[in-house]
Amino acid sequence: MTAYTHATHGAHGHVVPATVLLAVWGALMALTVLTVAATWVDLGAMNLVVALAIATVKAALVVLYFMHMRYDRPFHAIVFVGSLAFVALFVIFALLDTAAYRPEMIPDYAPAMKGR
Amino acid sequence: MSHTSPHDAAHDPHLAHHFPDAATQFEAGKLGMWIFLATEILLFGGLFCAYAVYRAHHPEIFIYAHQFLDKVLGGINTAVLIISSLTMAWAVRAAQLGHQRALVRLLTATIALGFVFLGIKYVEYEHKWKEGLLPGTRFTHPLPEGTTASPPAPVEPAPVGVAGEEATTIPPAARGPAGLADPAAAPPAGPPRVPRNVQIFFGIYFTMTGLHALHVIAGMITLMWILRRARRGEFGPRYFTPVDLAGLYWHLVDLIWIYLFPLLYLIH
Repeated sequence: MTAYTHATHGAHGHVVPATVLLAVWGALMALTVLTVAATWVDLGAMNLVVALAIATVKAALVVLYFMHMRYDRPFHAIVFVGSLAFVALFVIFALLDTAAYRPEMIPDYAPAMKGR
Repeated sequence: MSHTSPHDAAHDPHLAHHFPDAATQFEAGKLGMWIFLATEILLFGGLFCAYAVYRAHHPEIFIYAHQFLDKVLGGINTAVLIISSLTMAWAVRAAQLGHQRALVRLLTATIALGFVFLGIKYVEYEHKWKEGLLPGTRFTHPLPEGTTASPPAPVEPAPVGVAGEEATTIPPAARGPAGLADPAAAPPAGPPRVPRNVQIFFGIYFTMTGLHALHVIAGMITLMWILRRARRGEFGPRYFTPVDLAGLYWHLVDLIWIYLFPLLYLIH
Protein backbone atom coordinates (compact mmCIF):
# COMPACT_ATOMS: atom_id res chain seq x y z
CA MET A 1 0.00 0.00 0.00
CA THR A 2 3.03 2.28 -0.18
CA ALA A 3 1.87 3.57 -3.53
CA TYR A 4 -1.38 4.79 -1.99
CA THR A 5 -0.39 7.27 0.65
CA HIS A 6 -2.43 10.23 1.68
CA ALA A 7 -0.40 12.31 -0.75
CA THR A 8 -2.34 10.68 -3.58
CA HIS A 9 -5.65 10.87 -1.76
CA GLY A 10 -8.49 11.57 -4.15
CA ALA A 11 -6.38 11.23 -7.28
CA HIS A 12 -6.70 7.56 -8.17
CA GLY A 13 -7.09 5.69 -11.41
CA HIS A 14 -5.43 6.40 -14.74
CA VAL A 15 -6.95 8.88 -17.18
CA VAL A 16 -6.58 7.47 -20.70
CA PRO A 17 -5.65 10.23 -23.19
CA ALA A 18 -8.37 11.10 -25.71
CA THR A 19 -6.04 10.38 -28.63
CA VAL A 20 -5.45 6.84 -27.34
CA LEU A 21 -9.21 6.24 -27.02
CA LEU A 22 -9.82 7.43 -30.59
CA ALA A 23 -6.88 5.44 -31.98
CA VAL A 24 -8.11 2.24 -30.30
CA TRP A 25 -11.62 2.88 -31.63
CA GLY A 26 -10.27 3.40 -35.17
CA ALA A 27 -8.28 0.16 -34.94
CA LEU A 28 -11.36 -1.74 -33.73
CA MET A 29 -13.47 -0.48 -36.63
CA ALA A 30 -10.70 -1.28 -39.16
CA LEU A 31 -10.32 -4.81 -37.73
CA THR A 32 -14.11 -5.32 -37.98
CA VAL A 33 -13.94 -4.47 -41.70
CA LEU A 34 -10.91 -6.76 -42.03
CA THR A 35 -12.66 -9.73 -40.40
CA VAL A 36 -15.62 -9.35 -42.82
CA ALA A 37 -13.24 -9.01 -45.79
CA ALA A 38 -11.35 -12.14 -44.68
CA THR A 39 -14.45 -14.26 -45.39
CA TRP A 40 -14.24 -13.33 -49.10
CA VAL A 41 -10.91 -15.18 -49.34
CA ASP A 42 -10.95 -18.97 -49.21
CA LEU A 43 -8.23 -20.06 -46.80
CA GLY A 44 -9.75 -23.44 -45.96
CA ALA A 45 -9.45 -24.28 -42.29
CA MET A 46 -7.35 -21.14 -41.79
CA ASN A 47 -10.45 -18.94 -42.16
CA LEU A 48 -11.56 -19.86 -38.62
CA VAL A 49 -8.02 -19.28 -37.27
CA VAL A 50 -7.81 -15.86 -38.95
CA ALA A 51 -11.28 -14.86 -37.68
CA LEU A 52 -10.40 -15.88 -34.10
CA ALA A 53 -6.99 -14.16 -34.30
CA ILE A 54 -8.59 -10.86 -35.40
CA ALA A 55 -11.25 -11.18 -32.67
CA THR A 56 -8.51 -11.77 -30.08
CA VAL A 57 -6.57 -8.67 -31.19
CA LYS A 58 -9.80 -6.63 -30.92
CA ALA A 59 -10.57 -8.10 -27.49
CA ALA A 60 -7.01 -7.30 -26.33
CA LEU A 61 -7.38 -3.67 -27.45
CA VAL A 62 -10.69 -3.33 -25.56
CA VAL A 63 -9.26 -4.92 -22.39
CA LEU A 64 -5.91 -3.08 -22.42
CA TYR A 65 -7.17 0.45 -23.18
CA PHE A 66 -10.97 0.75 -22.74
CA MET A 67 -10.86 -1.42 -19.61
CA HIS A 68 -7.59 0.19 -18.39
CA MET A 69 -5.81 -3.13 -17.88
CA ARG A 70 -2.55 -1.74 -19.25
CA TYR A 71 -2.49 0.83 -16.44
CA ASP A 72 -4.14 -1.42 -13.87
CA ARG A 73 -2.80 -3.67 -11.12
CA PRO A 74 -1.30 -6.90 -12.52
CA PHE A 75 -3.50 -8.95 -10.18
CA HIS A 76 -6.62 -7.93 -12.13
CA ALA A 77 -4.95 -9.28 -15.27
CA ILE A 78 -4.22 -12.56 -13.46
CA VAL A 79 -7.92 -12.89 -12.52
CA PHE A 80 -9.03 -12.11 -16.08
CA VAL A 81 -6.49 -14.25 -17.96
CA GLY A 82 -7.01 -17.02 -15.39
CA SER A 83 -10.71 -17.23 -16.27
CA LEU A 84 -9.83 -17.40 -19.97
CA ALA A 85 -7.32 -20.18 -19.27
CA PHE A 86 -9.99 -22.23 -17.49
CA VAL A 87 -12.45 -21.74 -20.37
CA ALA A 88 -9.69 -22.89 -22.77
CA LEU A 89 -9.06 -26.01 -20.63
CA PHE A 90 -12.79 -26.73 -20.57
CA VAL A 91 -13.21 -26.40 -24.34
CA ILE A 92 -10.03 -28.32 -25.22
CA PHE A 93 -10.82 -31.29 -22.96
CA ALA A 94 -14.47 -31.37 -24.08
CA LEU A 95 -13.29 -31.47 -27.71
CA LEU A 96 -10.70 -34.19 -27.03
CA ASP A 97 -13.24 -36.27 -25.12
CA THR A 98 -16.07 -36.01 -27.65
CA ALA A 99 -13.65 -36.66 -30.50
CA ALA A 100 -12.53 -39.87 -28.75
CA TYR A 101 -16.12 -41.11 -28.52
CA ARG A 102 -17.07 -40.08 -32.03
CA PRO A 103 -16.34 -43.40 -33.85
CA GLU A 104 -18.61 -45.18 -31.39
CA MET A 105 -21.55 -42.87 -31.93
CA ILE A 106 -23.89 -44.95 -34.05
CA PRO A 107 -27.33 -43.65 -34.95
CA ASP A 108 -30.20 -45.54 -33.32
CA TYR A 109 -27.81 -47.53 -31.14
CA ALA A 110 -27.36 -47.35 -27.39
CA PRO A 111 -26.03 -50.09 -25.09
CA ALA A 112 -28.53 -51.47 -22.59
CA MET A 113 -28.22 -50.27 -19.02
CA LYS A 114 -27.18 -52.88 -16.44
CA GLY A 115 -29.94 -54.29 -14.29
CA ARG A 116 -32.74 -53.67 -16.76
CA MET B 1 -23.04 4.86 3.13
CA SER B 2 -22.21 8.31 4.38
CA HIS B 3 -20.27 7.54 7.53
CA THR B 4 -18.90 10.67 9.06
CA SER B 5 -15.87 10.07 11.18
CA PRO B 6 -15.77 12.11 14.39
CA HIS B 7 -12.03 12.64 13.83
CA ASP B 8 -12.40 14.16 10.40
CA ALA B 9 -15.02 16.81 9.83
CA ALA B 10 -14.20 17.05 6.10
CA HIS B 11 -14.59 13.32 5.66
CA ASP B 12 -15.36 12.14 2.12
CA PRO B 13 -19.08 11.19 2.13
CA HIS B 14 -18.42 8.40 -0.41
CA LEU B 15 -15.66 6.76 1.64
CA ALA B 16 -16.83 3.79 3.72
CA HIS B 17 -15.32 3.88 7.20
CA HIS B 18 -13.47 0.56 6.85
CA PHE B 19 -11.25 1.92 4.06
CA PRO B 20 -8.24 4.11 4.92
CA ASP B 21 -8.63 6.26 1.79
CA ALA B 22 -10.54 6.62 -1.48
CA ALA B 23 -7.79 4.96 -3.53
CA THR B 24 -7.94 1.76 -1.44
CA GLN B 25 -11.72 1.71 -1.70
CA PHE B 26 -11.47 2.19 -5.47
CA GLU B 27 -9.01 -0.71 -5.83
CA ALA B 28 -11.17 -3.01 -3.69
CA GLY B 29 -14.21 -2.24 -5.84
CA LYS B 30 -12.24 -2.87 -9.01
CA LEU B 31 -10.92 -6.22 -7.81
CA GLY B 32 -14.46 -7.30 -6.94
CA MET B 33 -15.67 -6.28 -10.40
CA TRP B 34 -12.89 -8.18 -12.16
CA ILE B 35 -13.73 -11.33 -10.19
CA PHE B 36 -17.39 -10.89 -11.20
CA LEU B 37 -16.34 -10.47 -14.84
CA ALA B 38 -14.32 -13.70 -14.55
CA THR B 39 -17.50 -15.56 -13.50
CA GLU B 40 -19.29 -14.02 -16.50
CA ILE B 41 -16.56 -15.34 -18.80
CA LEU B 42 -16.98 -18.81 -17.28
CA LEU B 43 -20.77 -18.56 -17.82
CA PHE B 44 -20.33 -17.78 -21.52
CA GLY B 45 -17.46 -20.29 -21.66
CA GLY B 46 -19.96 -23.14 -21.28
CA LEU B 47 -21.85 -21.90 -24.33
CA PHE B 48 -18.67 -21.44 -26.35
CA CYS B 49 -17.79 -25.04 -25.40
CA ALA B 50 -21.15 -26.31 -26.73
CA TYR B 51 -20.53 -24.30 -29.90
CA ALA B 52 -17.03 -25.80 -30.33
CA VAL B 53 -18.19 -29.41 -29.82
CA TYR B 54 -21.17 -29.15 -32.20
CA ARG B 55 -19.16 -27.33 -34.85
CA ALA B 56 -16.29 -29.82 -34.62
CA HIS B 57 -18.68 -32.73 -35.18
CA HIS B 58 -21.12 -31.14 -37.62
CA PRO B 59 -19.39 -28.37 -39.60
CA GLU B 60 -21.90 -28.90 -42.45
CA ILE B 61 -24.78 -27.67 -40.25
CA PHE B 62 -22.91 -24.45 -39.40
CA ILE B 63 -21.80 -23.81 -42.99
CA TYR B 64 -25.37 -24.29 -44.26
CA ALA B 65 -27.34 -22.56 -41.48
CA HIS B 66 -25.21 -19.42 -41.08
CA GLN B 67 -26.44 -18.27 -44.52
CA PHE B 68 -29.75 -17.43 -42.86
CA LEU B 69 -28.05 -14.81 -40.66
CA ASP B 70 -27.79 -11.27 -42.02
CA LYS B 71 -24.08 -10.37 -42.19
CA VAL B 72 -24.86 -6.69 -42.82
CA LEU B 73 -27.08 -6.34 -39.74
CA GLY B 74 -24.55 -8.32 -37.67
CA GLY B 75 -21.74 -6.07 -38.91
CA ILE B 76 -23.71 -2.89 -38.15
CA ASN B 77 -24.42 -4.18 -34.65
CA THR B 78 -20.70 -4.87 -34.17
CA ALA B 79 -19.94 -1.28 -35.12
CA VAL B 80 -22.73 -0.01 -32.83
CA LEU B 81 -21.26 -1.86 -29.83
CA ILE B 82 -17.72 -0.68 -30.61
CA ILE B 83 -18.91 2.95 -30.83
CA SER B 84 -20.79 2.48 -27.52
CA SER B 85 -17.58 1.15 -25.96
CA LEU B 86 -15.80 4.33 -27.07
CA THR B 87 -18.51 6.58 -25.58
CA MET B 88 -18.39 4.52 -22.36
CA ALA B 89 -14.59 4.73 -22.08
CA TRP B 90 -14.85 8.46 -22.75
CA ALA B 91 -17.56 8.80 -20.10
CA VAL B 92 -15.15 7.32 -17.52
CA ARG B 93 -12.52 9.82 -18.67
CA ALA B 94 -15.03 12.68 -18.36
CA ALA B 95 -15.91 11.56 -14.81
CA GLN B 96 -12.22 11.36 -13.87
CA LEU B 97 -11.61 14.89 -15.19
CA GLY B 98 -14.82 16.30 -13.68
CA HIS B 99 -16.38 17.17 -17.05
CA GLN B 100 -19.94 17.02 -15.83
CA ARG B 101 -21.84 17.83 -19.03
CA ALA B 102 -19.70 15.53 -21.16
CA LEU B 103 -20.25 12.69 -18.67
CA VAL B 104 -24.05 13.02 -18.87
CA ARG B 105 -24.00 13.25 -22.68
CA LEU B 106 -21.65 10.29 -23.15
CA LEU B 107 -23.66 8.07 -20.77
CA THR B 108 -26.85 9.03 -22.66
CA ALA B 109 -25.15 8.18 -25.97
CA THR B 110 -24.01 4.80 -24.64
CA ILE B 111 -27.55 3.91 -23.50
CA ALA B 112 -28.98 5.11 -26.85
CA LEU B 113 -26.53 2.88 -28.73
CA GLY B 114 -27.67 -0.01 -26.54
CA PHE B 115 -31.24 0.64 -27.75
CA VAL B 116 -30.00 0.68 -31.37
CA PHE B 117 -28.30 -2.68 -30.82
CA LEU B 118 -31.46 -4.21 -29.34
CA GLY B 119 -33.61 -2.73 -32.13
CA ILE B 120 -31.45 -4.36 -34.82
CA LYS B 121 -31.44 -7.59 -32.81
CA TYR B 122 -35.27 -7.46 -32.74
CA VAL B 123 -35.41 -7.12 -36.55
CA GLU B 124 -33.14 -10.17 -36.87
CA TYR B 125 -35.09 -12.29 -34.36
CA GLU B 126 -38.44 -11.37 -35.93
CA HIS B 127 -37.21 -12.44 -39.37
CA LYS B 128 -36.10 -15.82 -38.01
CA TRP B 129 -39.38 -16.25 -36.14
CA LYS B 130 -41.40 -15.67 -39.32
CA GLU B 131 -39.19 -18.02 -41.34
CA GLY B 132 -39.44 -20.79 -38.76
CA LEU B 133 -35.66 -20.71 -38.19
CA LEU B 134 -36.02 -21.70 -34.54
CA PRO B 135 -34.47 -24.26 -32.17
CA GLY B 136 -35.64 -27.82 -31.66
CA THR B 137 -39.13 -28.88 -32.63
CA ARG B 138 -40.07 -25.26 -33.37
CA PHE B 139 -37.84 -25.37 -36.44
CA THR B 140 -40.41 -25.29 -39.27
CA HIS B 141 -38.34 -23.78 -42.06
CA PRO B 142 -39.19 -25.60 -45.32
CA LEU B 143 -36.40 -26.94 -47.52
CA PRO B 144 -35.35 -24.27 -50.01
CA GLU B 145 -36.70 -24.89 -53.50
CA GLY B 146 -34.66 -27.24 -55.64
CA THR B 147 -32.95 -28.92 -52.70
CA THR B 148 -33.44 -32.19 -50.91
CA ALA B 149 -32.60 -33.40 -47.43
CA SER B 150 -29.46 -35.46 -46.98
CA PRO B 151 -30.13 -39.16 -46.47
CA PRO B 152 -29.61 -40.51 -42.97
CA ALA B 153 -26.04 -41.46 -42.22
CA PRO B 154 -25.22 -45.06 -43.20
CA VAL B 155 -25.51 -47.28 -40.15
CA GLU B 156 -22.78 -49.73 -39.31
CA PRO B 157 -23.48 -52.78 -37.16
CA ALA B 158 -23.35 -52.16 -33.45
CA PRO B 159 -20.20 -53.49 -31.78
CA VAL B 160 -20.59 -56.80 -29.99
CA GLY B 161 -20.27 -56.53 -26.23
CA VAL B 162 -17.04 -57.67 -24.61
CA ALA B 163 -17.32 -60.84 -22.45
CA GLY B 164 -21.04 -60.37 -21.98
CA GLU B 165 -20.45 -57.44 -19.64
CA GLU B 166 -21.64 -54.85 -22.09
CA ALA B 167 -24.06 -57.08 -23.95
CA THR B 168 -27.01 -55.16 -25.24
CA THR B 169 -30.62 -56.19 -25.38
CA ILE B 170 -31.05 -54.03 -28.45
CA PRO B 171 -30.36 -55.91 -31.69
CA PRO B 172 -27.51 -54.62 -33.81
CA ALA B 173 -28.84 -51.55 -35.49
CA ALA B 174 -27.95 -52.50 -39.04
CA ARG B 175 -30.97 -50.68 -40.34
CA GLY B 176 -29.25 -48.42 -42.80
CA PRO B 177 -29.91 -48.73 -46.51
CA ALA B 178 -27.96 -51.73 -47.72
CA GLY B 179 -25.11 -51.18 -50.09
CA LEU B 180 -24.99 -47.42 -49.65
CA ALA B 181 -21.78 -46.04 -51.11
CA ASP B 182 -19.52 -43.74 -49.17
CA PRO B 183 -21.18 -40.36 -49.72
CA ALA B 184 -17.83 -38.61 -49.82
CA ALA B 185 -16.52 -40.85 -52.60
CA ALA B 186 -19.31 -40.18 -55.07
CA PRO B 187 -20.81 -36.68 -55.07
CA PRO B 188 -24.60 -37.03 -55.19
CA ALA B 189 -26.17 -36.29 -58.49
CA GLY B 190 -29.35 -34.24 -58.62
CA PRO B 191 -30.55 -31.36 -56.45
CA PRO B 192 -28.23 -29.96 -53.75
CA ARG B 193 -28.54 -31.60 -50.35
CA VAL B 194 -29.48 -29.80 -47.16
CA PRO B 195 -27.88 -31.19 -43.99
CA ARG B 196 -30.06 -32.68 -41.29
CA ASN B 197 -30.56 -31.18 -37.81
CA VAL B 198 -30.14 -27.56 -38.89
CA GLN B 199 -32.20 -26.61 -35.82
CA ILE B 200 -29.10 -27.33 -33.67
CA PHE B 201 -27.43 -24.23 -35.11
CA PHE B 202 -30.42 -22.09 -34.22
CA GLY B 203 -30.51 -23.52 -30.70
CA ILE B 204 -26.90 -22.37 -30.27
CA TYR B 205 -27.54 -19.06 -32.04
CA PHE B 206 -30.54 -18.10 -29.90
CA THR B 207 -28.96 -19.23 -26.62
CA MET B 208 -25.70 -17.33 -27.19
CA THR B 209 -27.15 -14.13 -28.68
CA GLY B 210 -30.12 -14.27 -26.25
CA LEU B 211 -27.88 -14.45 -23.17
CA HIS B 212 -25.75 -11.70 -24.67
CA ALA B 213 -28.85 -9.53 -25.28
CA LEU B 214 -29.88 -10.05 -21.63
CA HIS B 215 -26.44 -8.73 -20.66
CA VAL B 216 -26.93 -5.70 -22.91
CA ILE B 217 -30.25 -5.01 -21.15
CA ALA B 218 -28.63 -5.44 -17.71
CA GLY B 219 -25.83 -3.08 -18.75
CA MET B 220 -28.33 -0.48 -19.95
CA ILE B 221 -30.30 -0.62 -16.68
CA THR B 222 -27.03 -0.17 -14.77
CA LEU B 223 -26.04 2.77 -16.98
CA MET B 224 -29.47 4.42 -16.51
CA TRP B 225 -28.89 4.28 -12.75
CA ILE B 226 -25.38 5.73 -13.25
CA LEU B 227 -26.80 8.45 -15.50
CA ARG B 228 -29.36 9.40 -12.83
CA ARG B 229 -26.59 9.75 -10.27
CA ALA B 230 -24.35 11.62 -12.75
CA ARG B 231 -27.12 14.18 -13.34
CA ARG B 232 -27.20 14.82 -9.60
CA GLY B 233 -23.49 15.62 -9.87
CA GLU B 234 -22.35 12.75 -7.67
CA PHE B 235 -19.27 11.88 -9.73
CA GLY B 236 -15.99 13.70 -10.13
CA PRO B 237 -12.22 13.22 -9.91
CA ARG B 238 -12.47 12.13 -6.26
CA TYR B 239 -15.30 9.63 -6.76
CA PHE B 240 -16.05 7.90 -10.06
CA THR B 241 -15.90 4.20 -9.04
CA PRO B 242 -19.51 3.35 -10.09
CA VAL B 243 -18.95 4.87 -13.56
CA ASP B 244 -15.72 2.91 -13.94
CA LEU B 245 -17.23 -0.43 -12.81
CA ALA B 246 -20.37 -0.05 -14.96
CA GLY B 247 -18.00 0.72 -17.83
CA LEU B 248 -16.05 -2.50 -17.22
CA TYR B 249 -19.31 -4.46 -17.44
CA TRP B 250 -20.34 -2.69 -20.65
CA HIS B 251 -16.95 -3.41 -22.26
CA LEU B 252 -17.25 -7.11 -21.34
CA VAL B 253 -20.58 -7.23 -23.20
CA ASP B 254 -18.78 -5.73 -26.21
CA LEU B 255 -15.95 -8.24 -25.77
CA ILE B 256 -18.30 -11.23 -25.98
CA TRP B 257 -19.97 -9.84 -29.10
CA ILE B 258 -16.52 -9.43 -30.72
CA TYR B 259 -16.29 -13.26 -30.62
CA LEU B 260 -19.97 -14.01 -31.35
CA PHE B 261 -19.99 -12.00 -34.59
CA PRO B 262 -17.33 -13.98 -36.52
CA LEU B 263 -18.29 -17.32 -34.94
CA LEU B 264 -22.00 -17.09 -35.85
CA TYR B 265 -22.23 -14.74 -38.84
CA LEU B 266 -18.92 -15.15 -40.66
CA ILE B 267 -18.56 -18.91 -41.02
CA HIS B 268 -16.63 -19.75 -44.16
